[in-house]
Amino acid sequence: MLNPQLNKNGELQHLLTIEGLPKAIVTHILDTASSFVGISDREVKKVPLMRGKSVFNLFFENSTRTRTTFEIASKRLSADVINLNISASSASKGESLLDTIDNLSAMHADMFVVRHSQSGAPYLIAKHLIDTRQPHVHVVNAGDGRHAHPTQGLLDMYTIRHYKKDFTNLTVAIVGDILHSRVARSDIHALTTLGVPEVRVIGPQTLLPSGLAQMGVRVFTDINEGLKGVDAIIMLRLQNERMSGALLPSAQEFFKSYGLTTERLALAKPDAIVMHPGPMNRGVEIESAVADGAQAVILPQVTFGIAVRMAVMSILAGN
Amino acid sequence: MNTPTPKLDAEALYQSLVQQVKAGLAHTDNVAIVGIHSGGAWMAERLATALELKERLGFIDVSFYRDDYAEKGLHAEVKPTQIPFDVDGATILLVDDVLYTGRTTRAAINELFDYGRPARIMLAALVDRGGRELPIAADFVADTITLSEHQQLVLQRATDGRFSLTIDHA
Repeated sequence: MLNPQLNKNGELQHLLTIEGLPKAIVTHILDTASSFVGISDREVKKVPLMRGKSVFNLFFENSTRTRTTFEIASKRLSADVINLNISASSASKGESLLDTIDNLSAMHADMFVVRHSQSGAPYLIAKHLIDTRQPHVHVVNAGDGRHAHPTQGLLDMYTIRHYKKDFTNLTVAIVGDILHSRVARSDIHALTTLGVPEVRVIGPQTLLPSGLAQMGVRVFTDINEGLKGVDAIIMLRLQNERMSGALLPSAQEFFKSYGLTTERLALAKPDAIVMHPGPMNRGVEIESAVADGAQAVILPQVTFGIAVRMAVMSILAGN
Repeated sequence: MNTPTPKLDAEALYQSLVQQVKAGLAHTDNVAIVGIHSGGAWMAERLATALELKERLGFIDVSFYRDDYAEKGLHAEVKPTQIPFDVDGATILLVDDVLYTGRTTRAAINELFDYGRPARIMLAALVDRGGRELPIAADFVADTITLSEHQQLVLQRATDGRFSLTIDHA
């Protein structure tokens, strides 16, 4: 099958998913990110790498944090960044996705950062750029449907490596709505690629997708069992829009059964870290005392996210 | 293919450079040392010990400032730049192993200015191999040689910290 992520030299051309990405590329991104972290502390918070390049943020689905961190990352790389408010523009006038891309390419775009509610939309754009022979234009998937959110996966890996140093002796638990979560999928692929021996997913049966066993993870429906002895906990946002169906009784019920409380956190290793991709629902998937507690690394995740996105963009733009 | 270079005794050259730098900076205040990864960083570490400036030692990786990024992409192994002292008003001794086109020096100077405004930047190199493409010169240099563009002069550091120089043929 065509893997449009890599060019003919095996270098990263687009970042669409962590699935199938060679470990060396994942590690290279994390290593490069560590060199970008310090730039935010300098007097001039910019490097000239992407001077003269134009980055288009195409957010077909709402996002504040991800769009903002991509915008900051672009600016710290000295790129010109253009934010398109798609819902208020061409798409609502009936223009197709690929026509939008062709028009922006005609404005000499160098990179598209794409968030879309349809799984596979960034893949479609990348394939179109290959078919129309535009190898100088790169695509970064900023979250597509239920499929993937690779930069979130990478920043989660950066965070785990920052606090735990080595992946090869860790137990990591992902908790909550696994079924609808592109973050969970990207994290599972990244953790497996980096050699984490035990990846657990914890959630109610109705929010667990089939085929988890084939992904090499251990499945728990009892959070108290699943959290025992883990080194890192990745909490997922309970998406309110899921509550309307028959999947969940109520937010209160969910918190009672799967919310991360101080008592439950005590089941993990004493130095376990607590992560969350944001935005958090306090009192739904996580207790305030845990979110603000000493083991939470939720805000460092945001800071590392900028460095990781700078690494991804500068590697892509150079290939 | 590697050729050992008996006439280039890296240890002797380093000692000569230390003497030059000591004499040259004897009456200068607010001195700091910054080594360019990787050869220049090794030299800067030893120089900082010799000059008793270990608290004023930094390292620079110019990957984010290189002028060949558009052609070659990002360097495979980028190391973090670490400047743990206040650049404003400092006299910074920039250290590199081999001075060639001057492009690395240009990139390093640009990066330093993103940390502040130094009073002065001076350049120390173990060997000047000619072939400059920018108007840059070293303030301290232990030897000057001429190499063809197909040759590469490489500094190595043994486990005991001692330096050696080899010429690689492309």
